[in-house]
Amino acid sequence: MNIGVLALQGSVKEHMKMITSVNKKIGVVAVRTVDELAAVDGLIIPGGESTTLRRLMDSFGLTTPVRERILAGMPVWGTCAGLILLANRIEGETSCLGVLDIDVKRNAYGRQIDSFVADEDFAGMYMPMVFIRAPKITRVGEGVEVLGEHDGDPVAVRCGNILATAFHPEMTRDNRAHKYFISMIDAKE
Amino acid sequence: MAVKDDNKAASNRKLLNRNLAQMLKGGVIMDVTNAEQAVIAEQAGAVAVMALERVPADIRKDGGVARMSDPKMIAEIQKAVSIPVMAKVRIGHFVEAQILEAIKIDYIDESEVLTPADDMYHIDKTKFDTPFVCGARDLGEALRRIAEGASMIRTKGEAGTGNVVEAVKHMRKMRSQIAEVSALPAEQLATYAKDIGAPLDLVRAVAKNKALPVVNFAAGGIATPADAALMMQLGADGVFVGSGIFKSADPKQRAEAIVKAVAYYNDPAILAGVSYGLGKAMEGRDVESMTDAERLAKRGW
Repeated sequence: MNIGVLALQGSVKEHMKMITSVNKKIGVVAVRTVDELAAVDGLIIPGGESTTLRRLMDSFGLTTPVRERILAGMPVWGTCAGLILLANRIEGETSCLGVLDIDVKRNAYGRQIDSFVADEDFAGMYMPMVFIRAPKITRVGEGVEVLGEHDGDPVAVRCGNILATAFHPEMTRDNRAHKYFISMIDAKE
Repeated sequence: MAVKDDNKAASNRKLLNRNLAQMLKGGVIMDVTNAEQAVIAEQAGAVAVMALERVPADIRKDGGVARMSDPKMIAEIQKAVSIPVMAKVRIGHFVEAQILEAIKIDYIDESEVLTPADDMYHIDKTKFDTPFVCGARDLGEALRRIAEGASMIRTKGEAGTGNVVEAVKHMRKMRSQIAEVSALPAEQLATYAKDIGAPLDLVRAVAKNKALPVVNFAAGGIATPADAALMMQLGADGVFVGSGIFKSADPKQRAEAIVKAVAYYNDPAILAGVSYGLGKAMEGRDVESMTDAERLAKRGW
């Protein structure tokens, strides 16, 4: 199994380390080109700045190929900025990949001083959730399953092969969210 | 917030502040002096902007005392962009830092580019919830700043010169010292810590992890996409560009080119493409011929 991490900017190394911590035999690939994308069985879109990521994806012709792979069933997981890129609607902006029927509001919790850690359930697993200038999911479409909530707002959602979290499991020592994503790829294979 | 315990809250804050710096990795942080420039920077793909009244090249030219920017100007920039906004305070000027925290700045740069307010001590950054980035020329300086509470380190380079030589020197020094300390037997670490003027616990952590406990960006003299990629290949986690963008002939195109160069720093074909027909870079300055008084990197204790 090869898991790709979109490596244009952001928490790339942290995600790669987490995957390796689950299973050293899993190949972890930094994805910056269409060829590298073609070689992976699943893709993580990491945390970072969504405006930077989408601009680079557009400039280097990655937006359409990534979207096509996702629509063809490749498991994908977006954390924070990655969630924003997956969403169908972004408040005040046009959508990027637009493959997940949710509405999001960027920086909805405020500035850095309002960033926080909370302990909550993700798919039935109680874990620390790190929210950094996090986006808020303001609407969840039909067929989208809510896997985690904080203060009544969804913070983790899944629709088939698409997983999205407003928080950063890669910033903790808890690799169960990564295990969950790997199991999504296993189920596909 | 679920966390009530004070100690846990403080430790979470420290991690959250280091984590934000990790989110900026592989990105470019650009100096901007007004809302219009901030929008250009954001649209070019900057991961954050540094709000300041004068870019370092102008601070050098104008002379006088360089201070924290007017909160009004910072607020206008905060309003204009959705990416994190940073701003500078003078070394040791903890009240300027209190003011920036009050206006919810995302990151504070305790910077040698401004005129130092204290010739002995830096700010006790552990007293703040807002994260700090500080400049460092070597491992000892970096660990002193981290001990004071910095969540992010950058090379000092020599700001406002358009000359990358000092940033290269600082990054190489940091890398070689980290390699050196990682190879030392445990009993030599206390003496090493004493020699570089750094706390032993942090020296031990660096030796164990073969890395700084926080991210280290390149800053000071970066003017071209090639400069930015050079710093990335030398091991920088990301890049600050000060005067290099808005003192060049075509800031928008140069900003975009530097963002692309940092993302694809190992791909010479892409680097050639983004460097093509960029127009004139900022005026450069020789660092060798500068007097000690002109060297901003000397500021910091």
